[in-house]
Amino acid sequence: MSTVHIPFLQTGTLAVGGRLLDDAERSVQSHADRPSSLTKGHRACQGCAEALAARWVMDTAVEATDGRLVVANATGCLEVFSTLYPESAWKPPWIHSLFANAAAVATGIASSLHAQGRDDVRVLAQGGDGGTVDIGLAAVSGMFERNDDVLYVCYDNQGYMNTGVQRSSATPASARTATTPAVGRHPGAPQGTGKSMVKIAMAHEIPYVASATVADLRDLEHKVRTAMAIRGARYLHVLVPCPLGWGSQSSESISLSRAAVQSGIFPVVEARAGELTDVQRIRERADVEEYLRPQARFAHLFKPGGEDGLQRWRALAEANIRHYDLLGGRP
Amino acid sequence: MSDHDAPPTLGLSTGPATSLAYHTGAWRTERPVYVDLAPPCSLACPSGEDIRAWLGSTQEGEAGFEAAWRQIVAANPLPAVMGRICYHPCQAACNRGEVDEEVGINAVERFLGDTAIARGWALPEPGASSGRRVLVVGSGPAGLSAAYHLRRRGHEVVVREAAAQPGGMMRYGIPAYRLPRDVLAAEIRRIEATGVRIECGARVESLDEAQAEFDAVVLTVGAGVAHHVDIPAGAAAKIVDAIDVLRDVASGHAPLLGRRVAVYGGGNTAMDAARTARRLGAQDAVVVYRRTREQMPAHPTELEDAVGEGVRVQWLSTISEVSGPTVTIERMELDEDGRPRGTGEFEELDADTVMLAVGQEADLSLLAGVTDVEVRDGVIAVDPGTLMTGRDGVFAAGDASPGSRTATFAIGRGARAAAAVDAWLASRVLPAEPVLREATADRLTPWYYSDAPQQHRAELEAARRVTGFEEVLTGLDAEHAVFEARRCMSCGSCFECDNCFGMCPDDAIRKLGPGMRYEIDYDYCKGCGICAAECPCGAIDMIPEVR
Repeated sequence: MSTVHIPFLQTGTLAVGGRLLDDAERSVQSHADRPSSLTKGHRACQGCAEALAARWVMDTAVEATDGRLVVANATGCLEVFSTLYPESAWKPPWIHSLFANAAAVATGIASSLHAQGRDDVRVLAQGGDGGTVDIGLAAVSGMFERNDDVLYVCYDNQGYMNTGVQRSSATPASARTATTPAVGRHPGAPQGTGKSMVKIAMAHEIPYVASATVADLRDLEHKVRTAMAIRGARYLHVLVPCPLGWGSQSSESISLSRAAVQSGIFPVVEARAGELTDVQRIRERADVEEYLRPQARFAHLFKPGGEDGLQRWRALAEANIRHYDLLGGRP
Repeated sequence: MSDHDAPPTLGLSTGPATSLAYHTGAWRTERPVYVDLAPPCSLACPSGEDIRAWLGSTQEGEAGFEAAWRQIVAANPLPAVMGRICYHPCQAACNRGEVDEEVGINAVERFLGDTAIARGWALPEPGASSGRRVLVVGSGPAGLSAAYHLRRRGHEVVVREAAAQPGGMMRYGIPAYRLPRDVLAAEIRRIEATGVRIECGARVESLDEAQAEFDAVVLTVGAGVAHHVDIPAGAAAKIVDAIDVLRDVASGHAPLLGRRVAVYGGGNTAMDAARTARRLGAQDAVVVYRRTREQMPAHPTELEDAVGEGVRVQWLSTISEVSGPTVTIERMELDEDGRPRGTGEFEELDADTVMLAVGQEADLSLLAGVTDVEVRDGVIAVDPGTLMTGRDGVFAAGDASPGSRTATFAIGRGARAAAAVDAWLASRVLPAEPVLREATADRLTPWYYSDAPQQHRAELEAARRVTGFEEVLTGLDAEHAVFEARRCMSCGSCFECDNCFGMCPDDAIRKLGPGMRYEIDYDYCKGCGICAAECPCGAIDMIPEVR
């Protein structure tokens, strides 16, 4: 990817920082005085990757805009765990209205700022997969179509987690949720379901679309910075493992993200005006099992009768590797 | 950026309160704690060097070189020597071997050692004078190490050496193509500069007299006498001891060995002897060894280098007779226990000279008639903790005492003997060496260490090597040494990569600044364990929360 290349100094680009790095080479997160836009004391579960990704995204956006940033948040885990009345864990100006309308609220803020001649103040909207892919899709699509000057960030934990782990339209096939139990001949979420919001966003041919994970901080910061340097509608899709909904260990949120990318299950890409412009290559190829096995929602794939489902995951990873050339020509 | 500004107060608070009021630390069932574990390299280093620490200083480049060298000489006063001749058990233990290739620790040590000589860095000043006098018998690695460490503790130290030059086996056993003599001389001079007096050509004949003159005595007489085997030999047979040949060459008296040389034995001395024979003009140098390659005591790189220089090895063979230029060899086979036994099949080998390299013994003539210093299995018996012999105030270290016969082991034991002498002189009990918890490979997250292959030392062309005693391995330059040092994964010790700080979903880790590491804010830490899981070097433990 076109991220900052960090010279090999004991660790390379993949660690957060490093004592031998020049200040200019450091990630936002490695600074002792980083903004910490989402403060400690929030009520996210232990090991919540959404909380982590939200701080990474917001801190980078705050730095990129010199603090002139307004945030609209959809209903969802992120909104619930950060703003239990009367407290807020947010430092930037932040507003929550409804589940479906974060993109529309952000559009309104951007238009209003523009009308006041305050184009220096930037707008970011964010939500989970429920607020983006399901309930808020119409507003998001409208914002894209009008090319409103908003960066929309979706933190995709693949389900309605804070309400009790119900299926969303971003829940992948085979995953067990409260509404797709692992019973019967086709346990878990039905095959063939689960939208690709990245492809939907690309189809709108907006200026910038990207995906990222919490397994690569530098890549994520680079994408937020790139997005903030562009005017118009932008979309960032971040995969955020959910220990509660996925049935994984709280310590595994980063290693699962890594496995998702290294197995080919989650392509990390960049696109401009609908054209794919960059793809993060697989660095150390992992089997899909490395991603699936630690998650209790896929436990049935590793029991008798689970072979078909497992095979489909392998096929999905292979298809992604082919489609996005994730191995970069390597065998 | 500071926390929220105070909300405006208009009778009622309209601004939000902050989540900082809520201490999520109460949720925790396990807490992360930073630990400092011992890395496998240091645990494997017989000299007791804090390798991770001095590699850490080297990583900083030019600014860190002297500090790194000082960290080495805290344990080992001969870095330039050991950077050449050490068999680096540290590298065999290095966890990086499981990621790509072990860190070239030995090459970095040599770089620092050579840099110190070039820049004239001095060893640390000795401590305040204790008024006590200690005699060290023998100036090999154990003796020099003991002398240096005793001097640092303020004792007056005299080293008496029977040979004409100091250095022991480093001077008279290891060929110059592995250890140039100017390097050895420079490091010995530096020890002398701290006030250690080395008297050469001064064989110590009487332990009683030595004890009358000194408050304590350290015996580091080495094992410089060749072991012998009985081989039927005709009058015309030329059989010499390999160690004598090496000593003669080192003293400037290269013997005539002939065009065909057989070396009997499979240790490092056998390799040195065969390689030396090649350099003295032998066109055919054959090592005759009675076991297999797997069982050979010589270090694999020594064997590799020898073979690379055209030395042949005749495996599973013993010499049964030498008559003139013909050597009769019996083929061996391994029995069920892996021991070699004769097959009754013989063959003949042409050899102008047979060099025996079948082991070395300690010259313990000094102890003749001494009844309270026990000699067991050919070496001086010592208390394993204090290295004191059966006689009060007499200590022993190095090849003449039990343990591995390597220079690095000798340096470690020399240092230990110095600590023991120091404690004994002060009537203190020497604390036992601490048992440290090891930073094992399974604690690491290798993902974060970018693939960076070892910076191999350029080797001279094999063809060039056999023409003389020029040094075979060249050193690293500063850039490569720094790169190599940066391949160190700092196993078990935080090196401030910021992963814990950056990856905490709860913003519950404080970064304290360069060299100060981090602090966990247990008011907010939920104990998810991401910091421990993503710590590259395994420096965080998760321990059960006790409330």
